[in-house]
This record gives sequence, structure tokens and C-alpha cells, in this order.
Amino acid sequence: MAETKIVAPKEGPLVQFWNWLTETQAWKSIFRHDRPTSDRTRVLVMLSNVFLHLHPVRIRKSGVKLRYTWCMGGLSFFLFLSLTLTGLLLMFYYRPTLEYAYTDIVGLREHVPFGIMREMHRWGAHAMVITVWLHMFRVFMTGSYKPPREFNWSVGVVMLVLTLLLSFTGYLLPWDQLAIWAITVGSNMARATPFLGHEGPGAGLLRLGDVPLIHAADDARFALLGGTFVGEGALLRFYVLHCVGLPLAIAVLMAVHFWRVRKDGGISGPL
Amino acid sequence: MPDLAGKTTSIASPGGAAAVAASPAKAVAMGRDADDSSPLLTRRAWIGLAWGTFSAASAAALAATGRFMFPNVLNEPPQQFKVGLPTEYGFGVDERWKDVYGIWLVHVAEDVVTRTSGFYALITVCTHLGCTPNFLAAENKFKCPCHGSGFRTSGINFEGPAPRPLERARVVRADDGQILVDKSRKFQQELGQWADPEAFLQV
Repeated sequence: MAETKIVAPKEGPLVQFWNWLTETQAWKSIFRHDRPTSDRTRVLVMLSNVFLHLHPVRIRKSGVKLRYTWCMGGLSFFLFLSLTLTGLLLMFYYRPTLEYAYTDIVGLREHVPFGIMREMHRWGAHAMVITVWLHMFRVFMTGSYKPPREFNWSVGVVMLVLTLLLSFTGYLLPWDQLAIWAITVGSNMARATPFLGHEGPGAGLLRLGDVPLIHAADDARFALLGGTFVGEGALLRFYVLHCVGLPLAIAVLMAVHFWRVRKDGGISGPL
Repeated sequence: MPDLAGKTTSIASPGGAAAVAASPAKAVAMGRDADDSSPLLTRRAWIGLAWGTFSAASAAALAATGRFMFPNVLNEPPQQFKVGLPTEYGFGVDERWKDVYGIWLVHVAEDVVTRTSGFYALITVCTHLGCTPNFLAAENKFKCPCHGSGFRTSGINFEGPAPRPLERARVVRADDGQILVDKSRKFQQELGQWADPEAFLQV
């Protein structure tokens, strides 16, 4: 009877299940590395995962310090993800037409369970513009735009513009008075585009005899609005840009941006 | 590069796609031996031709995509329209065409420019940033809700940020005696264009 006392303690059913699971071929086909118990396997975790490989394998201690990074890049990314998710849900109810756009927005608040979804999208969008600016400010103040990171700074500037364009296109979609006139005022700037805007410098030079090549119905503003004023064409174009075109572009650039952080030597150190 | 091309075929021309495009015909004209198995095009020329074609096709597709954004038909109100006979209007600012066509037809006893009685059509676009002002009958002025620009019924700006007067559209009599408004021709006061005979319809 004495020998029963020296048997090793039995592993619990959860541990047993885990041990079995991580030995299955299905698991091993997905995670093709051993458990991250050594430096080598921990690196392999990062390198063999398409999402994680965008991220540096190692980061400096200062790189996770809140007082150094403010976490503004991470917060911007988090907000983008939550905006994508809430935006996707809003698309199930919103129809970008003159007839329905406004009432659908009201309906999202009044008739749809968790009417807060639209508010999350709206406030998240405001917050993202703020965090993106602060991220840019932080990168500037820590000198992280300097070589070898100049290219990533440029990518970031393009993403800043895309963020503002996402904000601008989303602004029209509620189709209330504020939206229509704000976009009217905003898109009027495109009239003054050099050569491509019908009131811009140089546009008058582009003409065939008496016929102007650049006029109100074929200039840069028209391409934006799909019409000569903010109407149904503008609503549809802004909707498509807001929900598909711009998010796609910014997602690709984000992948480049994160990957370049790693390639350019990780988050810059404190000055 | 040239020596390789010269060895493989007699018609090789290292000049690129453009120069080579004409070569096969030349080769046929010169006649090839029945057992000549050398290629009509060098590999380099063929790849140049392929890339050239691909680039041209891509450029054409890009241009077509750009053109796609500009439809041939617009569902927008016409720029030129008849608004009825002069006798249908009393003096003052008439708002009935504001929503449909975006103009105010104003009937005055004495115009600020011509000093005669008649009609002019003011375009309902604020000259500040393009909003639509409201006509405030009690104060007899146009007031823009966006940033507070104010205009007299003549169209002259007198308050707020608007830098210049409202624009007038062309007004003439149509063949049937009706007033014809043509928004495609605009007259700006600050350019002296309000003196144009078509900027004001004397009645």
C-alpha cells in the first residue's frame, strides 16, 4: 500500500485536455513552433504569425512606457478597429439615399436595440482624429521622424490625411442640415484646385477655342460630388468612399506602417 | 546584349519594342530558310513588346476608370428655364423658384444699376462659402444661416463675411413673352457685369 503514496500528482482534466489539444495535427498545422518557453521559440511565435510578424519581436523597455509613447499609435489602431466593427453594424441599417438616409440615422438611435452603436461610431471617430494628431505630435517631439524613419513618417502623414477624409466623408452621411452645408462649404474648396477646379488658377488656360475643358460639371469638385451640388450623387460617393475605399487604403498603409516600425529598428528610444 | 541578339537571329535589333515591331514583316520579305529555327523576335524584344502592350492597356484602363466617374447625363435641374410672364409678378423678391431652380426673381421699380424698372435673377448661393441664404421679408434682406452674411435685395453684401455681392443670372424674354432665366451665364457686380443688358430685364 505504501507505493501508492509516491505516485506523482495527477494532472487535472483541463491540463490533460490542453496537452492533448496542442499535440493534435490541426493545432500543429496552425502553430508550427514549440511552446514559447525559450528565446528562440518566443521569436518564432512572432515570425510565424502573419499578424504578429508586423510587430517587432523585441521592444525596448522605453517602448512600452506610457509617458514616452502615450500609446497614441496603439489607441488610434484600437479606435480604427472599433470604428470598423461599429461601422459594419451600422451598414446593416443605413441606406445612402435621399429618401432614407436621415430617417435611418434617426432609426438607429430610436428603433434599433443598442442605439449607442451609432454614438460609439461618432465619438470613436472624433477620438481617432484626436489620437492621430497626438500620435503625430508625440512622434515629432521624440524626433522619431528622423532617419531611418523618414519614410514611415511620410506613410503616417498620408494616413493622417486619410483619417481626416474618413471623418469628412462620414460627416455627410446623417444627411441633416449640418451635414449638407458642411460638405457644401468643404467641397467648395475643390473649386479652387489648380487646373482641375473650374475656379482654380490655370483652369482658364485649359480650353479648346471658346469651349472650356474644365467647368462646373467636370472638375475636381464634380468628381468628388458626382454632381454640381451636394445631392444624391454626393451622398452615394461619400458613402462608398467612407465604407470601402478609404478604409481599404488606410488598412493597407497601416500594415506597411507597423511593419516599417519593426524594420526601422522598433520604436525609437528616448532622446 | 547586342552580340547575343546578333548570334541568335539576323533580324535582331536591340532598339526595343518600337524598332522590333516592324522587323518580322521585314524578315518574311527577306525570306527565311525553311530550316531556320531561330526566333522571329528576340526574347528581349518580345518582353519589351509585352511590357509596352501591358503598360498601354493599363493606362487605357486607368483613363477609362477616370472617365467612369463623370456620367454623360445628370439628374439635376436645368440651367435654363422659363418662369412665366412679367405680369405674374408683383414688386419685391419672389421665392417660388428658390427650391427648384436656385434663383430669386426680383421685380424692382428702380434697379441700383440701370435706374429703370424690371427684373433680375439672383443666384441663391452665398458668395462666402456657398450656403443658401434665407430671405427675411420683415427685414427685406437675404441672410445666410451658415456664417451670417447679409445681402440687400439688390444682391449687394452689407454684413457678415461675404466678400462680394450675390451673382445675377442672365434674364431675357423668350419668344412667347415669358421670362427666360439662364443660370449658365452669371454676372458679377464687382466686375461691372451687372451693367450688361442681359443681367437685367427692363419691363
